[in-house]
Amino acid sequence: MSRSAFQILPYRRPPAGDAPVNDATAYRSTALRHPTQPLVVIPQTLSEITGPVYGYGRLGPMDHDLTRQHDGAPLGERIIIDGRVLDEDERPVPDTLVEIWQANASGRYAHAHDTHDAPLDPNFSGAGRTLTDAHGHFRFMTIKPGAYPWHNHDNAWRPPHVHFSVFGRSFLTRLMTQMYFPGDPLLRFDPIFAAIPTERARERLIASFDLGVTDPGRALGYRFDIVLRGRDATPMDL
Amino acid sequence: MLPLTPAQTVGPFFAILVPATGRATLVTDHTAGQRIVVEGSVRDGAGHPVVDALVEIWQANAAGHCNHPEDSRTLGPDATFDGFGRVHTDADGRFTLETIKPGVVPGPAGQPQAPHLVVGLFARGLLTRLVTRIYFEDEPSNALDPILACVAPDRRSTLVAARRAEGRYRFEIVLQGPHETVFFDV
Repeated sequence: MSRSAFQILPYRRPPAGDAPVNDATAYRSTALRHPTQPLVVIPQTLSEITGPVYGYGRLGPMDHDLTRQHDGAPLGERIIIDGRVLDEDERPVPDTLVEIWQANASGRYAHAHDTHDAPLDPNFSGAGRTLTDAHGHFRFMTIKPGAYPWHNHDNAWRPPHVHFSVFGRSFLTRLMTQMYFPGDPLLRFDPIFAAIPTERARERLIASFDLGVTDPGRALGYRFDIVLRGRDATPMDL
Repeated sequence: MLPLTPAQTVGPFFAILVPATGRATLVTDHTAGQRIVVEGSVRDGAGHPVVDALVEIWQANAAGHCNHPEDSRTLGPDATFDGFGRVHTDADGRFTLETIKPGVVPGPAGQPQAPHLVVGLFARGLLTRLVTRIYFEDEPSNALDPILACVAPDRRSTLVAARRAEGRYRFEIVLQGPHETVFFDV
């Protein structure tokens, strides 16, 4: 009763030590939400090494330009975020969906539950999406998000950040993260950023200012590369 | 080797990217297989509903094939079923997915896996994605499933959706506490 056998190439297990901990006491929302039982280690199967790669998320022409999704221009400092999606072996990840969402220049999300006393911007929705090209390259035009207060602790402020959602080639490469800005004085007070245990790993979430990415006379430029899990060297028989 | 980009929480406002019902319906009129509805919920360690979770699922089609170039049994994209869904929890911490019961996907050493949905869970308060699976109560092949076999017997039931009616299942995700759902390191 053998079905036609084939091989899969598993994904490398992430090294210990650099990933954020889900039990981060300084970030209060984790208290009742982090699992307390150890994760159960399982082998990778065809179910995990595959994932949504065929055309999920059909794109509109302005999806990558958050400054041109309405009749008027949004308030704030225009920025370009330019980067590549790569795997651990520096191979580009082509044709993969990259999505972003963020607050407006005043630090307010266009979301009914955001109660921050800062103005909404009728010309800014704060969501974008694009596909990487054959070299894993992506580029968004947006505005720099503002900082905003939140209720985690007394006088808590989130540093300006852009949420990123990246799919990659499989269920195992799926990543949700946040991009921060260089030189931000709020970073060292932020318990979400601090949940990443090492400085070297935290630094990977800080975009670098790059004059070469700017659009002269129009927008400043930041570079933000994203590294997803790579493949093991040894195939596994199924 | 390049170091991995670390994860961060999705926070409470991902709805501006993913509309509330996201991709709750995976099927079209042309999708082959048994239609099922999975009614789920997410609760925290105090038993409170988690009202701002994002649930993503990935699954094989009714023949057990994954719509992906590395499943060499598929012949390119299947326009009628791509196997990906994502949906928010609502104000009661609930979500509903309409899909088909997946077929049998080969597991380690060619052992068949019982029909299952692969689940990724994101939320405010979760700094990384949590990964779990949804199996189905009325599948006798669960007893031989190589992934369920990795789980302590007294916790396996947290991975099995209860059958409520023909084609209707209920699945509770409990983030913390005595009935905590099994989450995987994969």
